[in-house]
Amino acid sequence: MKDFIKSPVPPFRRLADLPVGSSLRSFHVVEGNAAWRVFRPLIDHARCVKCHRCYLVCPDAAIHIEDAAAGAAAGKRFIIDYEFCKGCGLCAYECKPGAISMVKEAADE
Amino acid sequence: MSANMSVNMKQSGSAGASGAAASGAAAAAGSGSQQIKWTARNLPEQEHFYGHKACGGCGESLALRLALKVLGPDAYLSLPAGCMAAVSFIYPNMAFRNNAIITPFASTAAVATGVAAGLKALGKADPLSVAFAGDGGTADIGIQALSGAIDRGERFIYICTDNEAYMNTGIQKSGLTPFGAATTTTPAGKVIHGSITEKKNMFEIVAAHGIRYAATASMGYLEDFMNKVQKAKDCGGPSYIHVFAPCPTGWGHGSEETLAVAKQVVDSGLWYLAEFEGGEFRLNRNPETFIPVRDYLKRQARFKHLQDADIAEIERLRDAKWQYLRSHWTV
Amino acid sequence: MSEAAFLNGNEAIAYGVKLCRPDVIAAYPITPQTKAVEKLSQFVQDGEMATQYMHVESEHSAMACSIGASAVGARTFTATSSQGLLYMAECLPYASGARLPIVMMNANRSIATPWNIYGDQMDVMFVLNAGWVQLFVENGQEALDMVIQSYRLAEDTRVMAPVMLNIDGFVLTHTYEKVLIPDQADVDAWLPRLQVQEHMMQDNNPMSMCITAGNAHNMEFKVRQHQDLLRAEALLEEVDASFAAAFGRSWKGAVDAYRCDDAELILLTTGSVSGTARVVVDELRAAGRRVGLLKLRLVRPFPAARVAEVLRGARAVGVFDKNISFGYEGTIYTNVNSALLQHGCTAPTMNFIGGLGGRDVSRGDLVAAFDRLQLLADGAGAGASGIDRVQYLGMRCEA
Repeated sequence: MKDFIKSPVPPFRRLADLPVGSSLRSFHVVEGNAAWRVFRPLIDHARCVKCHRCYLVCPDAAIHIEDAAAGAAAGKRFIIDYEFCKGCGLCAYECKPGAISMVKEAADE
Repeated sequence: MSANMSVNMKQSGSAGASGAAASGAAAAAGSGSQQIKWTARNLPEQEHFYGHKACGGCGESLALRLALKVLGPDAYLSLPAGCMAAVSFIYPNMAFRNNAIITPFASTAAVATGVAAGLKALGKADPLSVAFAGDGGTADIGIQALSGAIDRGERFIYICTDNEAYMNTGIQKSGLTPFGAATTTTPAGKVIHGSITEKKNMFEIVAAHGIRYAATASMGYLEDFMNKVQKAKDCGGPSYIHVFAPCPTGWGHGSEETLAVAKQVVDSGLWYLAEFEGGEFRLNRNPETFIPVRDYLKRQARFKHLQDADIAEIERLRDAKWQYLRSHWTV
Repeated sequence: MSEAAFLNGNEAIAYGVKLCRPDVIAAYPITPQTKAVEKLSQFVQDGEMATQYMHVESEHSAMACSIGASAVGARTFTATSSQGLLYMAECLPYASGARLPIVMMNANRSIATPWNIYGDQMDVMFVLNAGWVQLFVENGQEALDMVIQSYRLAEDTRVMAPVMLNIDGFVLTHTYEKVLIPDQADVDAWLPRLQVQEHMMQDNNPMSMCITAGNAHNMEFKVRQHQDLLRAEALLEEVDASFAAAFGRSWKGAVDAYRCDDAELILLTTGSVSGTARVVVDELRAAGRRVGLLKLRLVRPFPAARVAEVLRGARAVGVFDKNISFGYEGTIYTNVNSALLQHGCTAPTMNFIGGLGGRDVSRGDLVAAFDRLQLLADGAGAGASGIDRVQYLGMRCEA
């Protein structure tokens, strides 16, 4: 499951809105990286053999493991967080059954 | 060990399926004091590094992500000025879940051991201070602080992510830039064709301090790397892991090829997987035959200028090193 | 009850640190600070201090280890001097920007080249901009007392800044005087344990520290740090008053004005020279001259209004600098002139540079300084026909 959520942009009207010192709460991210992408990965869940390799190799942790709906045989699905995926292609390259393809982003996205 | 696993499972919330996998692995590993063998399936699912601004396909960022899954959210991180600090701490975007501090460039190991000493003084049970630094911050400007930190003997883990140049500042040569590589300060010029020095051997330098545990690793062998991180965590003293982490931007290969390149460097013998433990060196992999170094070199733009004579020299250096390793180290 | 002991300045500092129960000490030796860190190691190895004593491998690491320890809420001490201070210089604004309440003793010593191990104040002047509270002491008792005051000041949440305690090399570090060592229980009652602050790394609220602020935010971060540092002046007065109530000694806060109220000529000093100046002022007063001493204890934040207030009524003001900024003048002089100009004080001022590289500053030198100030007060202007505003004391040949 994905347990990461974005934080709101902190206010910046007065000096006192800034944190004390050069510190800020950890795990506080206000923006995604989707705009970086030229290609986006698409997972063919039917071809996926649940080897976990794509989830393992993503440098951005942008592939999460979800439990499949109740009653499904295999139990896991691999879901891409397109808000943070940069389209580097490692998941597709490393997927041995070729279940991930890199598709060009639409021009107006 | 199993207590650590259960804490991570609770935090990730998906106690069902991953819990079964994790306890399966724990059972397979034997009693509670046995070492877990990490795989993609039994790693804690919780992420500790999210939303960073590293280049797509960055080997170093994957090294941090996976190391932190092994080390857990209680680790206190120290990182110097460099790519990982630069992409993870830009106000207001903080990409680490852990307590984390950027250190002055020269002093990652000093700050990390100051953190360890401070936590110990405050009475924290079993504090875990972890430093992540690049090759420049380790072998050049940071080597003094690393040496002193190992010498003082506080428990801390130092992980050097080696991408063989000062990448954050624009791909300049470092002490760990290999022979022949083009960098922005050792360009493939008309007279001098890239870097003319060999890599400093940080693994052996650190071992010469008598460090409790040290290891070399590569992003091409992820399970090996993660298990070495676990060993470092368990060793109870200073430890050092040197992980080869390709940089697509600086090396000139596709962002999707990062792990393949990191595997080739090991399979061609240009990098070795080894450990220093109990005062002895041990090779983890001793290939009967190497793949051609040309296959590894020529897929990277930083080596494209190399001529046959340069490649022959690289092979000669590799062969000399392996002759030494095979005759002196436990294989 | 306080215990009386015959201590040198280094030992006085060490006893002061011991009383403050630091969690971590990062120590690298450099003359003339060595006896302080040695004494502290004796305390630790005798089991008298429960402190993590880190034998660091350089001054840069001394400050870096201090940053790491302070960043998790440990009370931290380190000490240096001269070349060591400059070696760790990049770590000083690092610590102050991170708002880490480190206390560091700096044994003021000259700066190479040429090499010189003796006392002057060249070293600290390089780092006045670093965002540390800068205090100067006159004698061993003040040194010991100010260690304790420094922690209380540094760790006050309204300040939360590192403090540098300057003590003149050899002149104070190596000379002996009778010092009263406060009782440990009294210090424990007056100086509470440091609490882990919200901006520090901690288990139940993970923080990212020493972050980057780009051009969209950086200026505001810096201005905020500056404004917060300004508060240290008023808080020093509070701390001093509280210390006086608890321990019976006041050191007068930012500025110790001695016989300045009706003084025509005032000399401003920092550090041990203040003691010599005090004696000279008394001698000249006995001879009927209206002179005074402004002992400046706090140099950062600079107590501009207070300095101007004390100096306003004088007919001439002399500023003693145990340092020189090559290509200009003494640094305290530059600071004082700016304060006087901003507050509309028109008394002419003169810079007396002396004591460089451990050169003795004698009573005769200071009497001569007052004589030259008299010329200034009596109307001698600047320039070719007038008197030089930057003067040297104790030179062995013509400047």
